[in-house]
Amino acid sequence: MSRILTVKNLVTRFYTFDGVVHALNGVSFHLDHGETLAIVGESGSGKSVTMMSLLHLLPMPPARIEEGEAVFEDDDGPIDLLKLSKPERRRVRGGKIGYIFQDALSALNPVMTVGRQVRESIMEHLSLDQKAARERTIQLLEHVGIPGAKSRYGNYPHQFSGGMRQRVMIAVAIACDPKIVIADEPTTALDVTVQAQIIELTKRIQDELGISVIWITHDLGVVAGIADRVLVMYAGSAVEISPVDRLYEHPQHPYTEGLLAALPRVGAKRGKRLASIKGSPPDLQEPPRHCQFAWRCPYNFDRCWASAPPLFEVGEGHYTKCYYDMDQERPR
Amino acid sequence: MQRYILSRIVQSLLILLGVLFIVFFMLQLTGDPVSLMVSRNASPEQMEMLREEMGFNRPILIQFGDFIGGALVGDFGMSLRHRQPAMELILERLPATVELAATALLIALLIGIPLGLLSGSNPGSFWDTLARGAGLVGQTIPNFWLALILIVVFSVELGWFPTFGRRTWDVFGMELPTKSVILPAFSLGLFTTGQLVRFTRSAVLEIKNEDYVRTAYSKGLKDNQIYLRHILRNASIPLISIVGVQFGYLLSGSIYIETIFSWPGIGNLLAEAIGNRDFALVQAIAFFASLVVVTLNLLTDIAYGLADPRIRYGD
Repeated sequence: MSRILTVKNLVTRFYTFDGVVHALNGVSFHLDHGETLAIVGESGSGKSVTMMSLLHLLPMPPARIEEGEAVFEDDDGPIDLLKLSKPERRRVRGGKIGYIFQDALSALNPVMTVGRQVRESIMEHLSLDQKAARERTIQLLEHVGIPGAKSRYGNYPHQFSGGMRQRVMIAVAIACDPKIVIADEPTTALDVTVQAQIIELTKRIQDELGISVIWITHDLGVVAGIADRVLVMYAGSAVEISPVDRLYEHPQHPYTEGLLAALPRVGAKRGKRLASIKGSPPDLQEPPRHCQFAWRCPYNFDRCWASAPPLFEVGEGHYTKCYYDMDQERPR
Repeated sequence: MQRYILSRIVQSLLILLGVLFIVFFMLQLTGDPVSLMVSRNASPEQMEMLREEMGFNRPILIQFGDFIGGALVGDFGMSLRHRQPAMELILERLPATVELAATALLIALLIGIPLGLLSGSNPGSFWDTLARGAGLVGQTIPNFWLALILIVVFSVELGWFPTFGRRTWDVFGMELPTKSVILPAFSLGLFTTGQLVRFTRSAVLEIKNEDYVRTAYSKGLKDNQIYLRHILRNASIPLISIVGVQFGYLLSGSIYIETIFSWPGIGNLLAEAIGNRDFALVQAIAFFASLVVVTLNLLTDIAYGLADPRIRYGD
């Protein structure tokens, strides 16, 4: 499979009145054509910031992208997303990379009809006139499973149910045949059955259009069902990257191990306490000098406190940022 | 939407009825209305005659019934001073006040909204400092003081505008405004301008951090499309209510500004009526001003429903 996106050493910081927040401390990953990469991690670990950095969607100031590159394979050669001019950036947003946001109720404009919200993206990127753009919008709405798309074109977001709104959001994201769709926790605000429908829909569209999907979530159950590979984020770095099966069988980072152990299981003994990772994530205002997980880690030893671990390759396509070899049960 | 409008109309009518009640009993509150209308050295016989003429010697409920009955057909009685129906006098003065109020509102909209937008979209910039200053000055400077200063500078010293009065340009029977309206309209609209700057600014600042604005950026739209289509459209919802309330206030006539500029409008008429103890006229103007405010509030609520679909389908 060929690469479509290669992100190297992405560093993003927020310069606030209270000090510098080290949101991303050198995140690297890649995305292949047609695959689904899941990004998991707790709130504040930098999942959304990573994706918004790529499209310059963070409020700047206070945010600043300090280092790194993000090479996107465009039709006419590779381009670095972090070094684009304003018009080039606009061409990529929506045109090459579509974005599905978390809460569709607040992510859709309350005083604009859903039809126009899809159409305006089409008119921006594809050279269609109003009538043709309207036609395409109706087709898209039908495609994402909105019954009576033609008559619902003129409806407002509040007239849709949560699941329907998220379908509209998906229609916005795929409106201009993007190469990549970033789904930023698209199912968090929905109940489980609707969640399953949205996941199904995304998979179907991905197969039909051959797009690559980056799926941000903190639901490891969802990850197992949809992802090809998983990127685990913790305190602003990618601590483990792995093919999905290997991650569940062979976690190679103590944090991933803790996350998996914390999953509640059907059939577990009643009255048994749910496992949790002790401690809390670090204060991101401190620049990282050593492993950020060290003080919560059951395996920590002197080297963890001396320097931040680099990315070790521990298997095919499997990388971890940890000095401790969990298979051998000893330091690397 | 129909039900919403209907319920607002019924509410407005009830308010107007309350206003009529207050306007009528305002005069009774003073005890003997006749003693207010005549000069101090009038003889008891003269006062009795006037009481007879005005019908003040009848039972109060009958007087009230008469007053309401008249008011419903726009009859508030004769102006004592002008010997002319009070409503007729108001309608004669209405075009001047409408011209002044509309121009004041136009100036406020043309300055207030663009300045607020520029300021809210670039906080901390030169435009922001200017707009915040303008907002503060607009809301705190007393307009009668500013009016005098404007007259001294632009009329007396520079001679660009007339110092007082209203001049119109008659085209096919229509009275079109001339530059004589500029200074009074600017002084009158100053407060509204300041308010619009500040409200537009804070609305823009708040809305540009909304999730749907980020969505708009993620679609690759241009900045001006995002500001006009997404931000300003949403910001217009709170602005509608300000514009409605302020226009009502401007239209009911400004005593200070119309007096300073000798503008032949309703405010001027009211000042004169109060000075002359012309009660029928004061009552008519009080009711007329309420009618204008209530009507504009009603229109504002309807406009609100049009601008925000969540209200439109709310019922």
